[in-house]
Amino acid sequence: MSISKTAQTKPQPLPKDEQSAADTLDEILASYRGDKSELISILQRTQLEMGYLAEESLNRIAVFLDLPSSTVFGVATFYAQFKLRPIGKNVVKICRGTGCYVKGAPRILAEFEKELGINDGETTEDLEFTLETVACFGCCALAPVVVVNEDVYGKMTTDRVKEILDTYKEKKDDE
Amino acid sequence: MSNNKENNANIESATRTLFVCQGTGCVSGGSKKIYEALVKEVEAANLDDVKVDITGCHGFCQRGPIVNIEPDGYFYAEVQPEDVHEIVQSHLVNGQPVERLFYHDLTTDEPIPLYHDVPFYEKQHRLVLRNCGHINPERIEDYMEAGGYQAIQRVLSRMTPDEVIAEIKESGLRGRGGAGFPTGQKWQFCRSAPGKEKYLICNADEGDPGAFMDRSILEADPHSVLEGMLIAGYAIGATHGIIYCRAEYPLAIARLKIALAQMKEHRLIGDKILKSNFDFDISIKEGAGAFVCGEETALMASIEGERGMPRPRPPFPATSGLWGKPTNINNVKTLASVCRIMEKGASWFSSIGTEKSKGTAVFALTGKIENSGLIEVPMGMTLSDIIYGIGGGIPGGKEFKAVQTGGPSGGCLPASMLHLPVEYESLAAAGSIMGSGGMVVLDEDT
Repeated sequence: MSISKTAQTKPQPLPKDEQSAADTLDEILASYRGDKSELISILQRTQLEMGYLAEESLNRIAVFLDLPSSTVFGVATFYAQFKLRPIGKNVVKICRGTGCYVKGAPRILAEFEKELGINDGETTEDLEFTLETVACFGCCALAPVVVVNEDVYGKMTTDRVKEILDTYKEKKDDE
Repeated sequence: MSNNKENNANIESATRTLFVCQGTGCVSGGSKKIYEALVKEVEAANLDDVKVDITGCHGFCQRGPIVNIEPDGYFYAEVQPEDVHEIVQSHLVNGQPVERLFYHDLTTDEPIPLYHDVPFYEKQHRLVLRNCGHINPERIEDYMEAGGYQAIQRVLSRMTPDEVIAEIKESGLRGRGGAGFPTGQKWQFCRSAPGKEKYLICNADEGDPGAFMDRSILEADPHSVLEGMLIAGYAIGATHGIIYCRAEYPLAIARLKIALAQMKEHRLIGDKILKSNFDFDISIKEGAGAFVCGEETALMASIEGERGMPRPRPPFPATSGLWGKPTNINNVKTLASVCRIMEKGASWFSSIGTEKSKGTAVFALTGKIENSGLIEVPMGMTLSDIIYGIGGGIPGGKEFKAVQTGGPSGGCLPASMLHLPVEYESLAAAGSIMGSGGMVVLDEDT
């Protein structure tokens, strides 16, 4: 709490961001009891609303749950879902599960890497796209599968990669 | 037009329902648009006796989006929004089903109009998947109309927990998560463990690549699993149930939430369920993306908010599990099977399958196979019958090389083992495992 008050009295651009981030996190935490079993669910909500888990956020959550920071970091780094760095507006997830692998997932991944100019796990410099691979979406009948944000693309082929990325680039232009 | 209707004996004049599949697979193929277009077209055609509704996954995602017409049993595959007008005008108004949208036999190219004649379904034995694709998963009334919640009613009004456990033991049901431990015995351990507070966990952290059985069931028939949880909770003496579902399955989680709210309205969870003395609550816990959390002790660590690391056993979860309390963990398919057993009886269930593996097995058939999708077969069916009979064989006239069963912890079975009956013992003897139900087929090029 004291951190946010200090930030408020200093009218500088960066602390202002920190202030709003702290407010958002306070709002999130307000709906929890403070029991340590809530940790994963708090991390999920925080990431959903703030995009990723910043170091300051993790420290505040540790204080809130009365846990050592190391425990909170330990949990945040254990689960694949949690991102400790900012991610792109659009997240492209390529399935590399057995079903998709057999049906050519590595070629699809290579095409996305080529088009975006980044490797698996990286984010483009303009923070538009993050490229990830996942173990299995469980829609193997549609293999190979790519999920962009919440849209599922089944029976993927390399020649659809550019077209799909373009639809998300257009969305940006519309805004 | 009315003449046509009367002339066509296949078309019933009674109320018909157009079911549009809204499973993850069909949605990705545009089935939401198909649903909207159908509603509009049916309205425009003034067809008062026709309803448009949704279902969960049929299991035949490869031929999606799927539209089926009940009670006639027509089956339209790979439907596109532009086909909707023709379906409504030709089939519903004029009584002429649209042949080009039927499933076509892979070898003869013969059009197959009815659902139960499609080879993919014809050779299956659907107990656990009975409702999948035939009811609206977002309406508890549909589930009840299909006989749902009668089992729990019978259990609570006429049976003691020990009698329920005895019935499950007699049925021969074994854990469908993969290891095949006898379910009744597992329940007995937890029931006998000292302590007033006990937990029942439904393991829906389906992590094996190539497996989507649990997702499909939760999306298409969530109440079957929830009713199974009530029965299991009553049998072991638990007061709280938790579904641990992986976060990669947003639609399954959404449907579970809807189902739980409806159960609450109907007083099927909470205190004094169905006016009995049984109090039971169910909550959902979302996983956060860790394959290992499908393992019982890691799963419990994750629910407790910790890193999902497996813990050494003993103590076993049955005596000291979640929060140190006696805990019983069952797979989604196990709990759905429990429902069927309590509905139809142990001897009915044990009459299906082989000597040591009773009932049916649900598999996700994927990889280099003509008909990939979700299937359910009696235990003991041979790999060859599954891959060639139901799966339609390998595409492009290629040679079968191997099939992986049991996911990464299982093994690859070569062509020389195609004659193997699929059951716990035979797969283990061949060096693989039954696993939770993934079956990935590899061809000569893989």
